[in-house]
Amino acid sequence: MDKSATNARAVINLSLLRCLGRAALCFSSALALTGCAGGVLQPQGPIGAADSKILLDAVGIMSVIVVPTIAAVLVFAWWFRAANTRARYLPGFVYSGRLEIIVWAIPLLVIMFLGGVIWLGAHELDPFKPISAQSKPTEVQVVSLDWKWLFIYPDQGIASVNELVVPAGAPVHFSLTSATVMNSFFVPQLGSMIATMNGMITQLYLEADHTGNFYGESTQYSGDGFSGMHFILHAVSADVFAQWLDTVRRTGPALNRASYLALSKESQNVAPYTYRAVEPNLFEAIVTRQLPPGPGPSTGRGGSTISPVGGR
Amino acid sequence: MLGKLTWQAIPFDQPIPLIAGSVVILVVLAVIAWIIVKGHLPYLWHEWITSVDHKRIGVMYILLGLVMLLRGFIDAIMMRSQQALAFHAAGYLPPEHYDQVFSAHGTIMIFFAAMPLMIGLMNFAVPLQLGVRDVAFPTLNSTSFWLTATGALLINISLVVGEFARTGWLPYPPLSELRYSPGVGVDYYLWALQISGVGTLLTGINFVTTILKIRAPGMSYLRMPMFCWTALAANLLIIAAFPVLTATLAMLILDRYAGFHFFTNSAGGNMMMFINLIWAWGHPEVYILVLPAFGVFSEVISTFSGKPLFGYRSMVVATLFICLVSFTVWLHHFFTMGAGGNVNAVFGIATSIIAVGTGVKIYNWLFTMYGGRIRFTTPMLWSVGFLVTFVIGGMTGVLLAVPPADFQLHNSLFLVAHFHNVIIGGVLFAAFAGITYWFPKAFGFRLHEGWGKAAFWFTIAGFYITFVPLYAAGLLGMTRRLQHYDVAAWRPWVLMAGIGIVVFICATGCQVMQFVVSIRRRERLRDLTGDPWDGRSLEWATPSPPPAFNFAVLPNVQGEEPYWQIKRRAIESQQLSAEPEYQPIEIPRNSPIGFITAFFATVTGFALIWHIWWLVGVGIAAAYAVFVWFAWRDIEEYEIPAEEVARVDRARRRARENWLAAHAQDGEAA
Repeated sequence: MDKSATNARAVINLSLLRCLGRAALCFSSALALTGCAGGVLQPQGPIGAADSKILLDAVGIMSVIVVPTIAAVLVFAWWFRAANTRARYLPGFVYSGRLEIIVWAIPLLVIMFLGGVIWLGAHELDPFKPISAQSKPTEVQVVSLDWKWLFIYPDQGIASVNELVVPAGAPVHFSLTSATVMNSFFVPQLGSMIATMNGMITQLYLEADHTGNFYGESTQYSGDGFSGMHFILHAVSADVFAQWLDTVRRTGPALNRASYLALSKESQNVAPYTYRAVEPNLFEAIVTRQLPPGPGPSTGRGGSTISPVGGR
Repeated sequence: MLGKLTWQAIPFDQPIPLIAGSVVILVVLAVIAWIIVKGHLPYLWHEWITSVDHKRIGVMYILLGLVMLLRGFIDAIMMRSQQALAFHAAGYLPPEHYDQVFSAHGTIMIFFAAMPLMIGLMNFAVPLQLGVRDVAFPTLNSTSFWLTATGALLINISLVVGEFARTGWLPYPPLSELRYSPGVGVDYYLWALQISGVGTLLTGINFVTTILKIRAPGMSYLRMPMFCWTALAANLLIIAAFPVLTATLAMLILDRYAGFHFFTNSAGGNMMMFINLIWAWGHPEVYILVLPAFGVFSEVISTFSGKPLFGYRSMVVATLFICLVSFTVWLHHFFTMGAGGNVNAVFGIATSIIAVGTGVKIYNWLFTMYGGRIRFTTPMLWSVGFLVTFVIGGMTGVLLAVPPADFQLHNSLFLVAHFHNVIIGGVLFAAFAGITYWFPKAFGFRLHEGWGKAAFWFTIAGFYITFVPLYAAGLLGMTRRLQHYDVAAWRPWVLMAGIGIVVFICATGCQVMQFVVSIRRRERLRDLTGDPWDGRSLEWATPSPPPAFNFAVLPNVQGEEPYWQIKRRAIESQQLSAEPEYQPIEIPRNSPIGFITAFFATVTGFALIWHIWWLVGVGIAAAYAVFVWFAWRDIEEYEIPAEEVARVDRARRRARENWLAAHAQDGEAA
């Protein structure tokens, strides 16, 4: 039994409404054809699948009243046009207790129903909640920097910048912080995003069902280099993951306090690379600010106090 | 001497802001020169700049709103065109410029376009609808307007002197702190909003006082037109919410100017507190904008359906319900900050509960149309367009209130499409509906229907062509505020949104043509009766444009829809009510206090931004001196003699008698 099915049961089975939701988002089905970078409606993992299932459920539930309401607006507006002599003019139709009850009851009932979905969904899919799986999750520590992502693999003692490699079919546990301003970590096809903040750790569990390359990005604007803060998450088989670790350990620089301080300076559109070794407890030193937050911009036109241009 | 201000603050090396700024300055100078040469300056000074008449102030608010709408729209064109070009490329706007553009777009559109448009409509219509002569504090009203204009001016100065904020329309720390934004951009943002925020708060106090304390005899709460109710709710929200904004920004100012650590990364600062506080203001702000919009649609739909508003009391309850609940939902703006299941669930449910109140309103408008005789004038087209568009925007809004859906769509272009869906479809459509609806009242002639309708169709088409693709791009994972991107799947949707902007440009052209053509053909479009739409509330009882005193004799209200009753009585008895005994009317004198205060507020704000401390002192001292000078004034009112009142009102009665005679012939013919 795959995990998306478990989640579906935990929420409410609304396959019919979901069809409606899918119909209401019909323009998005055209997206399925556009290929390579799929969006949140083509989930590739249990969290993304459960998220998008709730998304479609909610659209379905609301479409039940939204679509007839829009139709009624257009029909009433057209039928009761002044030129239509067949329409009855009812200037005294200004109150009806029965209609008022319906008018309040319909949205109320829909919202009560949706409220149930919200309550269950918010708990079931809380990003901090572990994915129940047999295997122990891969640990990744995420640090958002100006303007790149640092991924530390504490158990493997390596790190990478703007590139993530994780085993497919097994959960990954992300612990996230920011060495600078707020950012948000998001891999659309795998599901939930979570904010990264300096001095704080947020957590996120994701899993990729199959091997593949998934686009990841920051979704919280963080300054001039923000647009370059994207990465590819490579979900690979266990063998390939082991090979990758081997390769990484043999090449590249090491990440220690000095090289971290250099890294924390502003830079834009950084090409992915890896660190063969990482100083232990570096992540904790960043979170507890033993390593200072990113230094911010260097000077630009008119000096840094008038109009700083981020260093490149 | 000049603080941080040097020649380097002028962007001589950046052609786009330099050319744009020079063009704006040249246009402004040309307009001023034209005014002076043509000798319009005394008229402008006495009749408009120093005016404390709520109708004039309302018109000036709307003018400011429209000009800023155009400025914000130019920013939108730059953003859409940049994204259309910046696929695997740098585009034409470097990040440090693009970031200012989207920050300015949001700030200007919310604070200096949407807010002035809504406050302008309230200023113009609420006292007329209440059957009174002015707001509670007319001079304060003028001050409010000029302080809002100060904020708009400061933001536009940042185009050529220094830079604007590169932190988005809400400057989240720590990005907006000195360490990450050492430039003057954030300071421009902060002081522009602090000064205009004071103006907005004063407006709130003014209007709540007016609506609670100053109404025509017999105008009980449950006889007030719907627009007055929504104005009351919106201004209550202003009073409750704007001090939160002021305090929050004040804390950020202390961080930036005095080395405090409210929201910094260091010394125990907590940026989450800023985000909570700013949205504790920010969510009610959404309803401050949209509630008056609901009021406009209530008036328009009822008038053009030829029916009273369906379920009036239910609408009042729904309005107050929204007013109250809007304060309990702010956390849905940051579900992804990791608050946990319980908190997210509670705020998600609270958010969707607001949709109940809005849903009730939609149905009541629907049943107002049911059984009506709908005249599809321009304002009515905007209203039907609103009903359809807003329902969709409401649905995507509730969708974003579902935390797991938000975990996928937060900060994406889906979110951008959603809030443009409700703000364009709600607030902007209401502004255009309201402007077209009340224009004949303000100026004595109607706007040209053909150009108005063309503007409507281009706008609604432009809206869907621009924002449906952005919904799609958001579902594909495209986040907002990207200066460039490499994902091929987003490209077609971004290009389509770019086409939508072209349609919006056509819509803007039609709006401009609507005004130009209407002014040229004003004699043919003249409104002689004061009641061009067969209206139902008291503003239509006055001549168009209304005299400074609005009503010769305050109307005696005997039910809902007072003017409709007056008209029915006149038709039944085939005569107007007996001519009243005219009394002289006292009217507040015009006062330059608002303009002068705002001038010194501008000087103070500019000096604070550039750390020119002596000028800060001069500005504050001068503003205070002006206030004291005003407080010691001896004469605050002047009297309009009874003969003048009688002359104006007799002209109105003649017009009404002609109308009655025409109506009688209609009756006989039928």
